[in-house]
Order: sequence, then C-alpha cells, then structure tokens
Amino acid sequence: MSIAEKSLETLTEGAVWDVERIREDFPVLKQTVNGKPLVYLDNAASSQVPQMVIDRGLVYLREEHSNIHRGVHYLSQRATTAYEGAREKVRRFINAREARECIFVRGATEGINLVMYGYGRKFVHEGDEVIISAMEHHANIVPWQMLCEEKGARLRVIPMNEAGELLLDEYEALLNERTRIVAVTHISNALGTINPVKEIVARAHKQGVPVLIDGAQGAPHLPVDVQDLDCDFYTFSGHKMFAPTGSGVVYGKAELLEKMNPFQGGGDMIRTVTFEKTTYAGLPNKLEAGTPAIASQIGLGAAIDYLESIGRERAAAYEAELLRYATERIGSISGVRLIGTAREKASVLSFVVNDVHPHDIGTILDQEGIAVRAGHHCAQPVMQFYKVPATARASFAFYNTREEVDKLAAAIEKVIEVFS
Amino acid sequence: MSELSELYQQVILDHNKKPRNFRKLDGANRTAEGHNPLCGDQLTVYLQLEDDVIKDISFEGSGCAISKAAASMMTQSVKGKTRQEAETLFDEFHQMVRGELDEERDPNHLGRLKIFAGVRDYPARVKCASLSWHTLRAALEDQGTVTTES
Repeated sequence: MSIAEKSLETLTEGAVWDVERIREDFPVLKQTVNGKPLVYLDNAASSQVPQMVIDRGLVYLREEHSNIHRGVHYLSQRATTAYEGAREKVRRFINAREARECIFVRGATEGINLVMYGYGRKFVHEGDEVIISAMEHHANIVPWQMLCEEKGARLRVIPMNEAGELLLDEYEALLNERTRIVAVTHISNALGTINPVKEIVARAHKQGVPVLIDGAQGAPHLPVDVQDLDCDFYTFSGHKMFAPTGSGVVYGKAELLEKMNPFQGGGDMIRTVTFEKTTYAGLPNKLEAGTPAIASQIGLGAAIDYLESIGRERAAAYEAELLRYATERIGSISGVRLIGTAREKASVLSFVVNDVHPHDIGTILDQEGIAVRAGHHCAQPVMQFYKVPATARASFAFYNTREEVDKLAAAIEKVIEVFS
Repeated sequence: MSELSELYQQVILDHNKKPRNFRKLDGANRTAEGHNPLCGDQLTVYLQLEDDVIKDISFEGSGCAISKAAASMMTQSVKGKTRQEAETLFDEFHQMVRGELDEERDPNHLGRLKIFAGVRDYPARVKCASLSWHTLRAALEDQGTVTTES
C-alpha cells in the first residue's frame, strides 16, 4: 500500500491530530541539516510536498506526458483529463460556481498581474483610483503601481494600526465613485493578520467596486468559499499549499472574466486566427495562452485531495493552536519583539531580537537546522511602518510540532547569547 | 561546515557593536551608496581621495553583523592606501570569502581581514561581507550607487 493510500485510510474525521503520522507523508522532513533534524518553519515562503503529490506528478511524467487540449491521441487525452480534473478539484476547493472560473496561472503573482492586465488596463482610466492595503506583498503593490503610472490613476492605501489590523473606517472613507478595484490580502505574509475580507468585499460592493483577494497565504491555511466571500477575484499559489512550484489559480466571476482582455496571446487561447483578425476562445482558455505547467497543476489537484483527506478545518485548528503556543513561548523570551499582534492571525510569527539583524538570526538558526525567513518578506512598506530593516519570520504548517517550537525558542536564546 | 563561532568571532561581534569610522565624513569628495536588496542592507561610503590616495574614509548605514563589521574593518584597512592597493585588497578579500583564495597559503595582503575567511562556508552571506567593498569601488570610480544584485 502506498503512503498516499495509507494517509487517506488512516486519517478519518474526528480522530486526534496525529502529527507524527502526518509527518510521515512528507519525505523532505526526514533529513538532517548541519547534523540536526530539519525544523522547517518557512512555510509562508514555500510549503513542503507530500508523497501523494510527488507520486501524482510522477505518473504524469512517466505515463501521461504530452500536451493538452490538442491531441486526438491517447496520451494527450489522458493528460487533458488529468489537467481538467485538477481544475474541477480547485473549483470544489474554493466552491466556485463553475470550473471555467478557475484560471490556471504560475502562482499568485501571475494571478494578480493577469487581473491587472486583463481587467485593470481595460477598466481603469485617468483620474480613477485603485485601493490596496498597508500590509500587501510587493506582488499586490507593484502591478497596481505600474497600472496607475500608465493610466494616470491614483493608488490609495488602507492604513493599519500598530497591531497590524486594517482600519476599516479609513477604508470606507477611501471608497468613492472613482474607485475601480480593491486588491487586498487575505492573510498578511509578513504579519500573519487575517483580514476581514468578507466585510471588505461587502463594503466595496455597496459602491459597485470589484475586489481581488490575494490568497497566497489564505488558501493554505483557511477554508475558502469564494461564493460566500462574494469576492470577484481570488488568487493563490500551489507551492505554498503543498503542491509544486509553477502551479496556481486565479478565480474570477465568469461575467468579469468574460469582459476582460486576454492576458497573453498565443496558442490555446484562440478560436480562429487569420492575419487580419483573431477571435478568442471561451473561458478558461482565453486566459491560458501556451502550454502550462501541466505536471505542477495536476500536482495542485493532488494537493487538494491530500488536504481534503486530512481535513482542512482540523488542520487549521491544529495550526491555530500551534501558533498560540509559539506566540506565548517565543513572545515571552526577554529581548524578543513580536511584529504583528493582530487578534486574528494565522501561521506567521514575525519577530526581531534586541538589535540583532534578522540575517544573523537566520544564520544562527540555520546552524541549528531551523529554516526561517529573514528579510523584508517582499513587504518593504510593512518594515517601514514598524521602523525595522527586516524581521525573522517563523511560519507554520500542520506538520510542525510543539517540540519544533521549543527548538526555535532554544535557538533564539543562543542568538541572544552570541550577541550579548 | 565550520562551527558558528568561526563566523561570529569576537572581533566581528565587537566591530558590529562599535563600528569604526562610522560617521558622515565632512570634506569627502567621493560618496557611494550600496544596497543589498536581498536583506535590506544599505550603506554609504564617504571618501576623501587625494592624488589617488585614500586620505580618509567613513561609512554610515544599517545591516547585519557581518556587513557592518566588514565595512568597519574595510575602512580601517584601506585608510592611507592608494587606489590600486585598495583594489588589490578587495580582489583578495572577495576571492577569500568565495573560497577562491587560501588566506594561509596564497600570497596576499589581507592581514586582519583574514578573520572573514569563515564567510566562505555561508554562501548566502558572501554578499553581506562584500557589500562595503563593492561600495568602496563605486566611490573610487565615482559611480554613485551599487547593488549586490547587479
């Protein structure tokens, strides 16, 4: 019996969270780094891949490798079935109405750029406004800045408080008849804040403004229901939710995707081409030019199967408990300052230690086998807000343990000792 | 992999805490800014260059212990040197931290800078150690701004 089958069989609803059993599913976690067992706490940058997903990718490469959507031959049909099967899994995962609303992209960055090019460039004009928030990743700042620069539009920013929570009254005040789109993150990658995205969407809709949610951190850690949120676009990366790099999704309401311009031109996105004129394919193909990362997207489908097999709600509950423990444990170390203390948080613990530069923290932790991110987390405005050059960030997944948090705490004590 | 203590030696920690020549230089006739976009390190190097001799040098900025200590010791080691001597020292330093020069066997002028040899075991930190040197070179060549990503 394969590991994957075993994991599906043994993890039944209601059972206790057997983290050691879960860890068995992730081969990468079994190694040592610098002579110490790997403690992987960089899940917000990229999460690990379970055996079941690796196996599914291998099946494609060994038995199905071919191009999709254009062959009448056996392999192409199998690959197409697997690829479109992954799309249907994504639809179910985020509860979209139709699979054609789920566009496959390289990751959340490409998803945001697709909406900026396809929707923003068509509907944002001179004097219009685009709203983002103070805690966005560069991927949800720079494309909108580029758009505003090109169109002569204005970028408005929802401010946040010291805890790292968006100020909704200020947001309300920013919304006006010139607002064309709102783009905010579901969970901040630098702070861990869970934003009240349903409320943010509702307020924008009162003004008739569509909302894009950057779900790069949201989709891996929270159940997502795009119909319940009523968001207009939702995008996420596969590699942050236990699938290979190169996979990702941007969901959009069908009527908006229909109205949008294509993102890239090329094969697969056309209906007819002559030198005089091209007519475009319907959704989702109109927005998926060229051969995609087929193995990766099929892997994303398998990752969704995996998440559903272990139970997303239970995984989220375990992660929340682990974050509570880590916040208490790390936050109580003298000299540690937590960056981002919102009431609603997930997965992320950002911190600084006395005046030690986070890069030095990262190197010392690495010597202990502990992988964290040290830097500005592609969120330089957040660093500017807290007046720190960078932070160290531990980010958790459902396969991390309390013992690993204890190791992190011990390693931070060592940092303090070295720099005392 | 060497022990951590070989990277964070007492001298390096000391220069991090009390960086030498850490100020703006009045009378500087060359300045350059250096950025390491990866970790957000940024520093400014001020030079007083006369007849190709570095009469005085200082720096300001923020960064990790390795980059700050490297900048501090860089300023000490090139003060009074000619432009050519400083360039040679940079080449040797750069080769050492990338593991291309054995500071004990190969002829060099590194002296106290040998303390940074441990950086070669931390490839992610080579840019931290060499940022101030890249910035020095930019100042010598009157380039203005450098980044370790270029």
